[in-house]
Amino acid sequence: MDAVLTSIFEPGFFTSEPVRVAVVVGGAVSLVSAVVGVFTVIRGQSFAGHSLGDLGTTGGAGAFLVGANPLWGFVTFAIIGAGAMELFGARRPRGRDMATGIVLGAGLGIAALFLYLGTTQSNTTGATITILFGSMFVIRASMIPVFALLSVLALAVVALLYRPLLLSAVSQDIASARGVPVRVVGALHLLAMAVAVSLSCVTIGAILSTAVLIGPAAAALRLTKRPGLAIAWAAVIGLAVTWLGILLAYDSYYWPPAGRGWPVSFFVVALILVVYLLADLANGQKARRAGPRAIASDKGPGVVAGRAWPSLPPEPGAE
Amino acid sequence: MTDTSRPGVRDEEILSLEGVSLWLSGREILHDVAFSLRAGELTGLIGSNGAGKTTIFRVILGLETPSAGKVLFAGHPRQRRSKSIGYVPQSIGLDPDVPLRARDLVALGLDGDRFGIPLPSRSRRQLVDEVLEAVDAQGFADARVGKLSGGELQRTLIAHALIAKPRLLLLDEPLASLDIRSEQEVVGLLAKIAKAHAIAVLISAHEMNPLLPVMDRVVYVASGRAASGPTEEVVREDVLSALYGHHVDVLHVHDRILVVAGKDETHHTELERTRTVVPRGLG
Ligand SMILES: Nc1ncnc2c1ncn2[C@@H]1O[C@H](COP(=O)(O)OP(=O)(O)O)[C@@H](O)[C@H]1O
Ligand SMILES: [Mg+2]
Repeated sequence: MDAVLTSIFEPGFFTSEPVRVAVVVGGAVSLVSAVVGVFTVIRGQSFAGHSLGDLGTTGGAGAFLVGANPLWGFVTFAIIGAGAMELFGARRPRGRDMATGIVLGAGLGIAALFLYLGTTQSNTTGATITILFGSMFVIRASMIPVFALLSVLALAVVALLYRPLLLSAVSQDIASARGVPVRVVGALHLLAMAVAVSLSCVTIGAILSTAVLIGPAAAALRLTKRPGLAIAWAAVIGLAVTWLGILLAYDSYYWPPAGRGWPVSFFVVALILVVYLLADLANGQKARRAGPRAIASDKGPGVVAGRAWPSLPPEPGAE
Repeated sequence: MTDTSRPGVRDEEILSLEGVSLWLSGREILHDVAFSLRAGELTGLIGSNGAGKTTIFRVILGLETPSAGKVLFAGHPRQRRSKSIGYVPQSIGLDPDVPLRARDLVALGLDGDRFGIPLPSRSRRQLVDEVLEAVDAQGFADARVGKLSGGELQRTLIAHALIAKPRLLLLDEPLASLDIRSEQEVVGLLAKIAKAHAIAVLISAHEMNPLLPVMDRVVYVASGRAASGPTEEVVREDVLSALYGHHVDVLHVHDRILVVAGKDETHHTELERTRTVVPRGLG
C-alpha cells in the first residue's frame, strides 16, 4: 500500500513549499476560471475570453519589461481589454467579435514588442515561456492573499449575477423587458472574466488560459442540463485536472529526460482534453438512451382535438 | 395558477396606445398608432414583414421610447419595465448548450431578474409545476431547452411569461416556425389563457387566418400605420385600402380571409397559405 502511494506521490510532494503553493493557488484559480467559464460559454463569449488571455500576454510582457510582478500586468491589461471590448459594440454579437478581434490584434503586436525588448535586454528566454505558458511552481507564497482576493471577487460577481446571466443568455430582449440592466450585467461578467483569465495567465499561462476557462465548462455542459450542477461539475473538473496536473508534473521529474520535470500546463491542458472527450462520450450515450422522449411527447392529432387543459376551465361559449 | 389576489376584470382596459409615433435612425417607423387591449381579449397584431409589429412590442415594453404619443398601462403612464407584462420574443436564438431544463426556464420567469443564487423552495417548485401543467408541458419539463421542438419551446416560453402573473401577454410571431398542429395547440392555449386569467393577449402574425377563430380584435399594421377594432370592422376593403394607400382586395374564401394588396408583393404570403388546406377550428 505504502509502495503504491509513494509511487503516486513521489517523495517530497507534500512537504515541498512550491508544490503546496501550486496546489492552493493553481487549484483555486482553475476553479474560478471554470465557474466563470460556464457563463462565458453560454453567452457565446469564448472568443472574447481567449482574447483577454492574449491581451494578458501584453500586460505580462510589459510587467516583465519594467520588472513588476506579471500578475499586475495581466490584470491591468485584461481589464483594459474588457473595457475596450465593451465600449466598441459589445452589445451586438457580431460587433462584439469584430471589436474583440481588433483590440486583440493590437494587443498581441505590442506583446511581441515587449517580449522582444525584454528578452534581448536581459538575455533570458525563460520569461517568454513563463508568460506564455505559466509556471505554478514559481508563485511566491506571499502572493496567496492577492490570488484569494481576486478569486473571491470574480466568484462574487457571477454568484450575484447568476439569474440575470442565465436569463440574458436565453434572451437579451426578455431580460431587458423584465428590467435586467443587460448592459451592466454583461460588463460585470466581462470584468469577472478578465479577473479569472489574468489569474490563470499566471498559473497556466496566457496562451493556455482559454483552456481552463472554456474546457471544464464545456465538459460540464455535456454532463448536465441543470445550471447549478453545470457550475458544480465545472468547478470539480477544473480543480481535479489542475491537482492531477501538478502531481503528474512533480512526478515527471523522475521521467525521461530525467532531472527535468515536464511543464504543469501541458498536463492540465491534456487532462482537460481527455475529460472533455469523456464527457462528450458520456453525453452521446445518454442521448441514445433518452431517445424515446421526443416520440413520447409527440401526441397524435386525435389527442390534440380532445385535449383538456388541466388547470384551466373550459372556454366560455365553446361548443 | 388561479390568481385570486388580482382578479382580472373582463373588458377592463389594460393597455392603450395613443397617437404613438417613433423615429429611429432618421426614419419614421411608427406613425400615429393607436389601439387598446382589454382583459380577457385576444388581439391579433397583423402585418407583413417590416410593417412595424416588433417595434410596437418594443414600445409597449419600454425598450423604445415613442417620439410622440402615449403608452398607458391600466390608465396610467406605464412604469418602466414592469413585471405585469409577459413577453415572448420573435426568435430567441437559443444556444443549444445552455444548461437549463424547461422547468428552469419557467422558474426564471418568476425571479430571473433578481440577484444572487436562489435557495431551493418547495412553493417555487410547486408554482413551476402548476404553470407547466397549465401549458401542458409536463412531458418535456425536464428536457434541455435547446433540445425542445418549436411548439414545445413556445409553450415553455408562454409558461415563463405566465408565471409572473402578468396582466398583459405579448407574443411576437409565436406561430412563425410551427407546423399546423402545434400552431393550433398554441393558439388554443393562448385563447384559453386570455379568458381564464382575464389577461390581455396581443399576438403578432404576418398571417391572420390561424388566429381568426380566437381573435377578438385586430390591429392591422402596414408601413408603420395601424387600424384597429373588431376583425370584421377592420379587415374590409375600404379600411385596408385607406391604410395601405392604394386599393386592396379582401376576399372571403370559405372560412379564410385573403388580403390581396395588389402590386404589394409583400402579401404573397397570404396567397400562398391558401394552397395548404388548414382545417378550421380548434376541436
Ligand atoms: N433600431 C432600428 N433602427 C432603424 N430602423 C429600424 C429599427 N428597428 C426596426 N427598424 C425598421 O422598422 C421597420 C419595422 O420593423 P419591425 O418592427 O421589426 O417589423 P415587423 O416586426 O413587422 O416585421 C423595418 O423597416 C425595420 O427595418
Ligand atoms: Mg418582427
